Amino acid sequence: MSTALGKSVVATPPRRVSLARRIGRIEPVMLLWILLIGALLFLVAFPLGKLFLVSFETRGTGAFTLSNYVTAYGRARYIEAVVNSLTLGLASATIAVVLAVPMAWAVSRTDMPGKGLTWTVVLGAFILPPYLGAVGWILLAGPNSGFINVFWRWLTGSESPFFNVYSFEGLALVIALNAFPLVFIFVKSALDLVSSEMEDAANILGAGTWTAMRKVSLPLVWPAIMAGFIIVFLETIALFGTPAIIGIPARINVVTTQLWQFFEYPVRVEVAAAYAMPLLLVTAGMIATQKLLLSRKGYVSQTGKGGERRPIKLGAWRWVMFAWCAMVGMIAVAMPLFVLLQASFAKAWGRGLSLDNLTFANYYLLIFEHDMAMTSIWNTIWFSATAATIAVLLALMVAYIVNRRLVPFGEVLGFLALAPFVIPGIVMAIGFYAAYAAPPLSLYGTAALIILAFAARFLPIAYANSSSAIRAVHPEMEEAARILGSGRLHAIRMITAPLVKKSLLGGWLIVFIVASRELSAAIFLVGPRTRTMSVLLYDLSEAGNFEVLAAFGGLLLVVTLIFVGIGMKLVGRDFMLRRG
Amino acid sequence: MSRLSILGLTKAYGRTRVVDNIALTLEEGEFVSLLGPSGCGKTTTLRMIAGFVEPTEGQISLDGEIISAPGSVLPPERRTMSMIFQSYAVWPNMTVAENVAFGLKLRKLPSAETKRRVGEILEVVQMSHLAERYPSELSGGQQQRVALARAIVVKPAVLLLDEPLSNLDANLREEMRFEIRRLHDEFRITTVYVTHDQAEAMATSDRIAVMNAGRIEQVDAPHLLYTRPRTRFVAGFIGRTNLLQAQVENGEIGFGGISVGVGQVAGAEAATTRDILVSVRPQSIGLHRQRPVGEHPILAGVVAQRTFLGETWDYVVRSEEAGGLRLRATAPPSQIHEVGEKVWLEFDPRQMAMVE
Repeated sequence: MSTALGKSVVATPPRRVSLARRIGRIEPVMLLWILLIGALLFLVAFPLGKLFLVSFETRGTGAFTLSNYVTAYGRARYIEAVVNSLTLGLASATIAVVLAVPMAWAVSRTDMPGKGLTWTVVLGAFILPPYLGAVGWILLAGPNSGFINVFWRWLTGSESPFFNVYSFEGLALVIALNAFPLVFIFVKSALDLVSSEMEDAANILGAGTWTAMRKVSLPLVWPAIMAGFIIVFLETIALFGTPAIIGIPARINVVTTQLWQFFEYPVRVEVAAAYAMPLLLVTAGMIATQKLLLSRKGYVSQTGKGGERRPIKLGAWRWVMFAWCAMVGMIAVAMPLFVLLQASFAKAWGRGLSLDNLTFANYYLLIFEHDMAMTSIWNTIWFSATAATIAVLLALMVAYIVNRRLVPFGEVLGFLALAPFVIPGIVMAIGFYAAYAAPPLSLYGTAALIILAFAARFLPIAYANSSSAIRAVHPEMEEAARILGSGRLHAIRMITAPLVKKSLLGGWLIVFIVASRELSAAIFLVGPRTRTMSVLLYDLSEAGNFEVLAAFGGLLLVVTLIFVGIGMKLVGRDFMLRRG
Repeated sequence: MSRLSILGLTKAYGRTRVVDNIALTLEEGEFVSLLGPSGCGKTTTLRMIAGFVEPTEGQISLDGEIISAPGSVLPPERRTMSMIFQSYAVWPNMTVAENVAFGLKLRKLPSAETKRRVGEILEVVQMSHLAERYPSELSGGQQQRVALARAIVVKPAVLLLDEPLSNLDANLREEMRFEIRRLHDEFRITTVYVTHDQAEAMATSDRIAVMNAGRIEQVDAPHLLYTRPRTRFVAGFIGRTNLLQAQVENGEIGFGGISVGVGQVAGAEAATTRDILVSVRPQSIGLHRQRPVGEHPILAGVVAQRTFLGETWDYVVRSEEAGGLRLRATAPPSQIHEVGEKVWLEFDPRQMAMVE
């Protein structure tokens, strides 16, 4: 074909380009890439690798051994804790699905009244730290003085309690009441993609509303339900606060509380490492399953285009659905929150609401007299803010490099940034302890250790957020600036940064908020002066002074709500509940 | 206005050669289109010219200076070029005026001068009244005009356009086609235009480079590509055609019982083999009820199929005389033949071309 080129062939031979010019034309991204790999290895790969190694090491000598595994699984009590964790995970996940799926369907597909209220309930349950909900439920359903049981005995004259929170069922319910928003968000966003025509097609063939829902809508979102189930299951088996507050008094031992016991003096970190391995494996396996479920496209998410969406008219049934949502809202948010607030202003919480029981002494004690309370608030804010900043900056750089394909093997960076997602917080904390608590870094008890662990733990949230923000900016936006004469960094500053600013702020706030209530990663790493609010709250719960504990919970909620409020104002009302 | 020259340019990803040893030179102020089906390497070529993609082999030079070679690529921002993107890439965080002023500010022009030139160019693209709007408040066509203004206002050495009209609806596309050509006539900027739409390339370009599978098949003025296609691909891609097997013997090209002199068919002097392929455009075949008189070759046949397309009739004629050969011929709407009717086909050798 080259003969066809005719006059367009040019006769000049290729000239050599000088070396200096070549160096001048290399982009500095390779250097950044090396720096990022270093940071990610430090934050993610090294703690995990160390955890794995330590589980095979003899304390002191570092010689290879399997004895840690023998110790970790050598007692019936330890095995029982594993079984308890798995059973608890299944129970909580099932309850969460039962609570959330009807709510999601009602909000997404029907004309149920009070949708805004339902959203508030979901957001409330999402914001309420799990251990606070647990304390609330102790006040509500403690066997002797819990309000529900006192009322029950007064009503029926019965000797036994109506519902004892210090039980396996109690534990499972309290966890589910906090975790159901995850199922709700998954299922609602899947239902939002199902067009009404899917249901119309069923109706025209003779199916009524209920049949259409049962046979068409729900099966279409089945993968989302399963994904929500798995997430709640994983949250449950990784949860430390609620099992510690409710499970330990009830003598229900689970993996996380058992890990905690391995960390009590004398600290047996190698046994804890060995004991944490199955938790890690189960989590990684389940996340893989979940990805598989959600990636079955064409089944669920591809149906969204073009279809018109109308709410289903429920008639009188809409009030039934509303009652269900209201009931969930009551037991998940309103009632625990109410008794917590009541207790925080009470001299003795069991005496209930009355003027002579009212006091500000609990708050006064915490704010002006307690030696750790204000320090822990300050700690929480600056640890979380620093961790969120590190996580977002790191995630943003990784997301940019990966999405713009600036370097070969950029996916390695992306993989490392997402890896902590499959690591339960408690396992991550043990890894950080094993890797950096001892010399040469000797970070135990320092703020740096907690901040780094938080940054690593929430890196996946920041990465998912940054990645979708970067993807939303067409590469041509930047290229258009570059061809007009701006360098890569200038183009990023002038074009990309302003465009991703808002969603990055949202990501930062989400990381900040989840970090500020994080307990399981913090509790293994704090020193006497680096306690966070969540850890101090746990300390107070061990002391058993519920009035002061509730007041401190109130302070924690105020801090959280301030930042949620800022987020809603700056980023948008649904910034915490967006999927993706 | 600059002279852009491409030599031996190749881009390979692994073993796939997306762009395969192409050569092309644009004279100062020339408008050249890269035309081809999707995946032919035209956009990769454009992105190499812009400096976004590094070539695997070959070089690109601008006014004699090498700007792209393997291992050494002058970054886009130092090429004094402009580009218009398929997605428009109008920045949503800036107003129309700010978008257009961006390149001028980078060139550190005095603000009065910047303002004057932004005003002028917005006048040219008829967007003055929308200068303070944000892109989200504009239609697709208006955003495209902003992109045009932004690219032209900096008086680039070379203007690059990457399928700029493919996201617009049909009417607007036609309007913008003439707009682009009008702006070129006004400013005479050396321009490379990438498109898969032959009408677009024809309407805008001085010359068209037809690309296929990473190679340039032919570079020529639009009417020459149509009347003198050099390859089978070009003949089939630009307009429609009848491709006929023919034999060269004793200075005559014979096919289907008729023959024409080698000298009469474009490109046929270069034939090196006995069997060749000849492109005959449907428009160049005359249809007659009676056998016409004259020196043109004539073939008898029967109408086998017909389609009315509004502007023309499209007939398929089957000729037993030529061994069952089926030929496509077009005729004006008033010339009606029934299926099964006997017709005579009249060929014009000067409108035939030998293709590789």
